[in-house]
Amino acid sequence: MSNTGGGAVPLLAARDLVKAHGRTEALRGASVELRAGEILAVTGASGSGKSTLLHCLSGIVRPDSGSVTYAGERLDRLPERRLSELRRTEFGVVFQFGQLIPELTALDNVALPLLLAGARRQEAQAKAGEWLERFGVRGQEELRPGEMSGGQAQRAALARALVTGPKVVFADEPTGALDSLASEQVMTALTHTARESGTAVLLITHDAQVAAYADRELRLTDGTVTPLEVAA
Amino acid sequence: MVGMSTRHILLGLLATGPSHGYDLKRRHDERFPQARPLAYGQVYTTLQRLVRDGLAEVDGTDSDGGPERTAYRSTDDGARELAKWAGEIAPPAPFVTNEIFAKVVVSILSGGDPEAYLRAQRTAHMARMRELTAVKTAPGTDLATVLSADYALNHLDADLRWMTTTAARLTTLTAEVDAA
Repeated sequence: MSNTGGGAVPLLAARDLVKAHGRTEALRGASVELRAGEILAVTGASGSGKSTLLHCLSGIVRPDSGSVTYAGERLDRLPERRLSELRRTEFGVVFQFGQLIPELTALDNVALPLLLAGARRQEAQAKAGEWLERFGVRGQEELRPGEMSGGQAQRAALARALVTGPKVVFADEPTGALDSLASEQVMTALTHTARESGTAVLLITHDAQVAAYADRELRLTDGTVTPLEVAA
Repeated sequence: MVGMSTRHILLGLLATGPSHGYDLKRRHDERFPQARPLAYGQVYTTLQRLVRDGLAEVDGTDSDGGPERTAYRSTDDGARELAKWAGEIAPPAPFVTNEIFAKVVVSILSGGDPEAYLRAQRTAHMARMRELTAVKTAPGTDLATVLSADYALNHLDADLRWMTTTAARLTTLTAEVDAA
């Protein structure tokens, strides 16, 4: 059965991924396709292999077997230097706990990926300010992550993930630590911005209400994919 | 159903002042956007019953250049009835008679394929949840729509959680049967 969202050439595709942690097989032949601009939710119980799938697809870990292709390149065979470059320029990542740098202000956190890409400080900060505003984190620019609410910090983390204009954002339980209202604000901000900018999102979640923000859902059961549906 | 009644909702809408049947229907459909729209016939029948029971009365008629329309207003008894109803708790009843539950149980009993049914049902639930989420998060959506979408989403989510746990239990059940 196909897990594609339709006929278009996928931006990111994984075939028959197998990945073990020690003796535990986290992925046992999972195949996934993500099209440009698509928001795909990957759901499943704890331990079903969701996070391992995200790590393989984003090039953070290499699968034991199977392939990951991004825009025609075999991600699983790329040298580490090229992978780092892709992660810096084409991918954005958000985790459950935003993982902002605690010593930096919200503004500097969001400006950081731009500085790493060689932007001048003033230019990077101006752009970071715009992105914080887009995510509704106005007036918080000078706060450090510890001084912000969970929802605000997570929206700042989203701004950091999107500030470089990535093609794909990987979000691993981005609302896992938030209450339902904060979760709604984060998901609305993420999906509206991604749809506006044509950014594809791979969203890992165990929460059906969060998955309902996506265009389609893929369900992982014991390291394999249960194809539930294709996009309308 | 005990908790929800058209007569109380109409009384609630009349609490803001006299209104015609047509206006009541329009305001109901606006306030409860995810509910089934009220039929005109239902509005007029309910208004007549409220008058019969002394909970509402005719405020007057006007034609405003068109056909004659009757305006209704709530009585003191109507206001008391409304306050009583609005403060009554709804029975926290689990909806164990619902169709999904019945189908799964029957399917297990008859040796059917409850797992396939649960998968298909999940797909349908998720599709509806996506629609509701899109409605709720569209720019400029009013609060009544957001609240009613939230209500539906939380109930569908509760169904889904039950379906997920049940699907996991089917595996355990099958393993038990196979081991026996």
